[in-house]
Amino acid sequence: MRAALLRELNEARAARRAVALETELSSGRQRLVRETGLEADPRGEAIASAFRSGKSASIETPDGAFFVNVHLPPPRLVVIGAVHISQALAPMARLAGYDMEIIDPRTAFASPDRFAGVPLYAAWPQDVLAARPLDAYTALAALTHDPKIDDFPLAEALRAGCFYVGALGSRKTHARRVERLGKGGLPEDAIARIEAPIGVDIGASTPAEIAVAVLGSIIAAFRKRRMRPERRGETPPR
Amino acid sequence: MSASDDVLATAERWMEEGRSGALATVVETWGSAPRPAGSHLIVDGQGHFEGSVSGGCVEGAVIAEAAQVIETGEPRMLEFGVADETAWQVGLSCGGRIKVYLERLEP
Repeated sequence: MRAALLRELNEARAARRAVALETELSSGRQRLVRETGLEADPRGEAIASAFRSGKSASIETPDGAFFVNVHLPPPRLVVIGAVHISQALAPMARLAGYDMEIIDPRTAFASPDRFAGVPLYAAWPQDVLAARPLDAYTALAALTHDPKIDDFPLAEALRAGCFYVGALGSRKTHARRVERLGKGGLPEDAIARIEAPIGVDIGASTPAEIAVAVLGSIIAAFRKRRMRPERRGETPPR
Repeated sequence: MSASDDVLATAERWMEEGRSGALATVVETWGSAPRPAGSHLIVDGQGHFEGSVSGGCVEGAVIAEAAQVIETGEPRMLEFGVADETAWQVGLSCGGRIKVYLERLEP
């Protein structure tokens, strides 16, 4: 592999862009492929399928054999609210292999001694997300109950196509939230992607149990790509 | 999450340091192969290595082949498994089969 190509590949990975390295096995020729613009590609269909499954694969074509090595960004979890549930969720997320970070402008909540070792942003989501944008490989859980804090990142998560979007709150709270987001101009089918009540229905009651339920939902969404049907090949990629 | 990703960062660093090296990639697996397709192992001219293409069963053989690839620059396809005639030497204990593509890192 050429140094310039390796550098380009590592840059894309660092920037959380999904890329694939294609190698023509007979000649050793290589190129970097992005998720977009595959329609016109001679091996676009096979490459798109590798992106969807996240599995690298050898492909046989009339032009010869190729190896497609897909590099998907590692899943990330952004939690809005430095609350009791987040304290339980942080170590669980780490064990499950998800990079978790917490955003909460209320400095009394977002104090480092409550969240040892967890990236913590004591600032408004608007400001943090401008610098660290959400993407399709990120899950967002809004846990403050406070529309002033939760609404913006929820809308942003739906726009960015986060693989999971969940919000804490009763059915009544959520109904009011749906109304607000609708008035804010988000289409109904986008708002419907928010999981509320949040988490897998396991009858969770304590903060730690709710954290288990939330993590369960996130893992299911990531592994089954439930929130992004096109990623599972249920609808053709565009 | 994939550990193979850090191997590529190490490969870049090695090249910046002017070290010669080869990159091994699992390109196909059959049966219960220990590492999935896409897994990487890098080897430098002195035989130092990072990463893995199996659970440790065939790394030695890949490292030995890497010296040739670093010297000639010709990529190679290696195949390991129980069906391989050298299975008694470097077969996979898990019963799987893997194909490993070995290429030189070109500065």
